[in-house]
Amino acid sequence: MSFLHAFRRFSSRSLSVGLRGSPAYLAWLVCCVVMIAIGAYAYSHQLRVGLAATGMRDQVSWGFYIGNFTMLVGVAAAAVILVIPAYVYHWKPIKEIVILGELLAISAIVMCMLFVTVDLGRPERLLHIIPLIGTTNVPSSLLGWDVIVLNGYFLLNLSVVTYMLVSLFRGRQPNPRIFMPMVLLSIPAAVAIHSVTAFVYNGLPGRPFWNAAILAPRFLVSAFCSGPAVMLIVLQILQRSTRIKLKREAIWKIAELMAYAMFVNLFFLGAEVFKEVYSDTHHLKHLEYLFVGLEGKTALVPWAWTSVALNVIAFVLFLVPRTRKDVRTLNIGCVMIFAGVFIEKGIGLVVPGFTPSVLGEIYEYSPTWTEIGVSLGIFGVGALLFTFTSRVAIAVTNGELVMRPDTVA
Amino acid sequence: MSPNPTRRHLLKMAATTAALAATGCRNETLEMFVNTRLQEMDPAQLARRLAALERRYSEQFDREVTVAGTPALPDVVFGYGLDLSRCNGNRACVYACIEENNQSRGSASGDDARAIHWITVLEMDEARGVDLDHSDPYYDSETVPAPGKHYFPVQCQQCENAPCVKVCPVKATWAEDDGIVVVDYDHCIGCRCCVAACPYGARHFNWSEPRLPADELNPTTHVLGNRPRPQGVVEKCTFCIQRTRAGKFPACHDACPTGARVFGNLLDPNSAIRQLIARKRVFIFKSELNTLPRFFYFYG
Repeated sequence: MSFLHAFRRFSSRSLSVGLRGSPAYLAWLVCCVVMIAIGAYAYSHQLRVGLAATGMRDQVSWGFYIGNFTMLVGVAAAAVILVIPAYVYHWKPIKEIVILGELLAISAIVMCMLFVTVDLGRPERLLHIIPLIGTTNVPSSLLGWDVIVLNGYFLLNLSVVTYMLVSLFRGRQPNPRIFMPMVLLSIPAAVAIHSVTAFVYNGLPGRPFWNAAILAPRFLVSAFCSGPAVMLIVLQILQRSTRIKLKREAIWKIAELMAYAMFVNLFFLGAEVFKEVYSDTHHLKHLEYLFVGLEGKTALVPWAWTSVALNVIAFVLFLVPRTRKDVRTLNIGCVMIFAGVFIEKGIGLVVPGFTPSVLGEIYEYSPTWTEIGVSLGIFGVGALLFTFTSRVAIAVTNGELVMRPDTVA
Repeated sequence: MSPNPTRRHLLKMAATTAALAATGCRNETLEMFVNTRLQEMDPAQLARRLAALERRYSEQFDREVTVAGTPALPDVVFGYGLDLSRCNGNRACVYACIEENNQSRGSASGDDARAIHWITVLEMDEARGVDLDHSDPYYDSETVPAPGKHYFPVQCQQCENAPCVKVCPVKATWAEDDGIVVVDYDHCIGCRCCVAACPYGARHFNWSEPRLPADELNPTTHVLGNRPRPQGVVEKCTFCIQRTRAGKFPACHDACPTGARVFGNLLDPNSAIRQLIARKRVFIFKSELNTLPRFFYFYG
């Protein structure tokens, strides 16, 4: 029986499995659908009145959407990078960690693509940017490159999980000679998507806040914090609600690696702050706007300090073995790290780059309800996609969802 | 105009998707979806596009609108000079530009999403020189120049090494042979990479449907310049491409009551701009960024 035939059976069976579950599971699905409905309503408003429905203007021409996009590229990259320690330390169950990491990456990439699309002034012209169909401006444009690497990464991860799940569905062990090269390729690809996304900002000499060589390294280390934070929470939820059993040592090791990543992240931030503050040039304005405000405009200041505080506290929680090994403090730390990086890479990276503007104007951006609604909808899409696909993946890996001989045509 | 242009776009998009699937080939109805760029059109294609645009705008504004596609003149690269000693901040250039180039009308307070000004005049302290951190684009004094102030007009610098062209992900913007950086409004996807890349704040986005009353429309347009723009695309100063390729000066040049503006062909040693560069000392704005502007400031 062919792989394609099995794939068709798998698709139809997984739909019914994904829609079955405990009341809590179904309530969560409904919650995702409600978020998507809110997002659809907000986006229809934005389509009617244009991007004027957002807080963005010529002075701050990217905002919450592109911030979320940037943060989620990090989540997509880091979820897969967890595969490295899983192999190095022989964590069980490695198969599940690989599959769930790639599913999280796929969901994050879908959200990334949606965030870029809702940010476009002419979404119906989206195909112009797609290689071969449109007029992608490579090698010159970094956004052009970003579209290529993000789509490549998406297809790569999709191939790996589809192959693994359909193989298991057919009752066969996935052949490592087929999937391992793809998994290994996805690791440099994960680094690539994050670096190229950083270079989109980095390559703009007119914006000194981003035009610093530390930007791509900072992107990577902050992603090594936020991505595993999501994975740790997800793995624990699965441990409680399914038959999957994770070694405690694996979770502790992930937390320890996150502590190192957060240390490097904070060190890079410190290096950047020193350079700007001690030099005290015109470039300092952007950092000033972020941390102390300019000319009485202080919208970002509470967020910036909250982010630093969350990151520092989480660092300590993950560094001290006792708090790292305590499930409660571990989870608090994960939420703190995710929130800290979400602020840092979302609003905290994008908006100060534009403030003051290239002509010195201080336009204070804050997202409108339309932007928040549309973003909520996109997070709803990602959450629904990840919930549904991981439900199916778990059912397959624990043998609940298998192709029965009597269903064979 | 349809009251709901966005829905119309979406319907059209659905229709073209179906058409693409059915025919598998490109034709006129697919243009908005898989568009041919103005830069790569042959003369016949361009003529068809210009005629279609003329019909569309004439119908939309209920008056005759011409859309020229005049190419760059041979052996011409335009350059602009601006005398900061003469400029007194009267903003005549700003308003002449809005009228000539069919910019979206709105209040100039900075938070009106519809208002687009291709020229920004910055008011600065005399004692600080050209200091952007202490500049004010919204100055509103009874008379100009205000005491202790000087003025610094900024528009597209038509860079030879243009950061906006480099970053565009879809090749919707490019430099013409005469040095004018143009935007294909039918191809721009509205990602605003160019707005982020421009160090001069010279690129402007249509955050909503432009407000251009029919009786304020300048009906003499160029396809790469002042023709009416749609919502969701980027636009910028083109040195009045519709005028300068027809042998006239830019509107801002003619409107300046102090005679602060100098315009001409950089390849012609006898042109006003070449004479200016030879006789005065000029400087370019943000020279450290290596954008190589064709816009020269000087103190006359």
